[in-house]
Amino acid sequence: MALSYVLEPAVSGFNFENSTRNIVLENGSEEGKIKAPKPMKTGTTIAGVVYKDGVVLGADTRATSDEVVADKMCAKIHYIAPNIYCCGAGTAADTEKTTDMLSSNLTIFSMNSGRNPRVVMAVNILQDMLFRYRGMIGAHLILGGVDCTGSHLYTVGPYGSIDKVPYLAMGSGKLPAMGILEDRFKGNMDLEEAKALVSDAIHAGIMSDLGSGNNIDLCVITKEGVDYIRPHRESIYNYKRQAKYKYKPGTTPVLTKTVNQLELELVHETVQMMETAGSS
Amino acid sequence: MNTRGLRSQLKDSVPVTGLCPQAGPYGVQDSLRRGFSSVKNELLPSHPLELSEKNFQLNQDKMNFNTLRNIQGLHAPLKLQMEYRAARQIQRLPFLPSSNLALDTLRGTDDTIGFEDILNDPVLSEVMGDPHIMTEYKLGVL
Repeated sequence: MALSYVLEPAVSGFNFENSTRNIVLENGSEEGKIKAPKPMKTGTTIAGVVYKDGVVLGADTRATSDEVVADKMCAKIHYIAPNIYCCGAGTAADTEKTTDMLSSNLTIFSMNSGRNPRVVMAVNILQDMLFRYRGMIGAHLILGGVDCTGSHLYTVGPYGSIDKVPYLAMGSGKLPAMGILEDRFKGNMDLEEAKALVSDAIHAGIMSDLGSGNNIDLCVITKEGVDYIRPHRESIYNYKRQAKYKYKPGTTPVLTKTVNQLELELVHETVQMMETAGSS
Repeated sequence: MNTRGLRSQLKDSVPVTGLCPQAGPYGVQDSLRRGFSSVKNELLPSHPLELSEKNFQLNQDKMNFNTLRNIQGLHAPLKLQMEYRAARQIQRLPFLPSSNLALDTLRGTDDTIGFEDILNDPVLSEVMGDPHIMTEYKLGVL
């Protein structure tokens, strides 16, 4: 602020002070045009399937920033509650923060009421939050969980739209993943079938989409508990170092050498007897 | 949870405040205290969410009160607004951050976490207003 004092206290929440400056910077003269830095997107394939005893969620592990892979082992399946997990696609920071806040809100609710949260609660909170910001928060989420009413799988879009279906895929790799899911999904599958289906769907997304890649994470949620398998399938393109790349000692020539003596004064001396074993 | 009120509740209740130049005591721009104003800055919001975020709590309250009035009659929002007014007066000195605990409890936001609690928390702000100027402004003697 240009003034040396403020007359009203600061308002908490989002701060729009710099948006005018940003617009001016982006629309500057031809030489003065500065591009805004692009946020790190997850460029993802995420999928979820409801099976006989619960829900299986799957995700790839690549995070991209423009054309560079920013994170090869990104964790896209976020913890929401002991019985609810959420896969996030879209802007990495947005999905991270939104799921964190959702998790905090549900924890407060659990402590207040002494009950495990239901999946519909998580979905409602997300809808409110995302619609309030009119899609500016780029979070495409797949929520899955098991509660007292059964197993549920929801998708929440960045504008707050929801869809409740037995199998889902989201992210930039969702078209190939949906192809696999549409072809092989049946109701009431058992665990191994469901895991294989989700894993193959993510694999199709990884093969056909540049933004997805590396390993596949799976998360199996049942009434008894959660099994977070990270990684379920590792990428075959796991490059191991071919040779040792450390420098040999003596690579850098020593030009001069100075030795500074550190004068130490003996202040205190203690002797502690060590307990040695007696004669055997 | 945010109110998902009917569109009809909003018909005449939402003032668009905040972007118009803050009028001083004589209805003119207070250049001494707020600096120069430019038409471009005052007319249009630079970010699509700026206006809606500024008035969000206000609009939610108005929708809630309207719905309550329609369901229970005029007495219900009147009593509640009296409590809100009382709670809003429990503040610390103008330059110190107040917890607004009573107001939060009334609104029901004391057990939810939103972006207002994480970002730009006034308790953690690095600048503080000048105590004398702020108190004088609050009391109207400046």
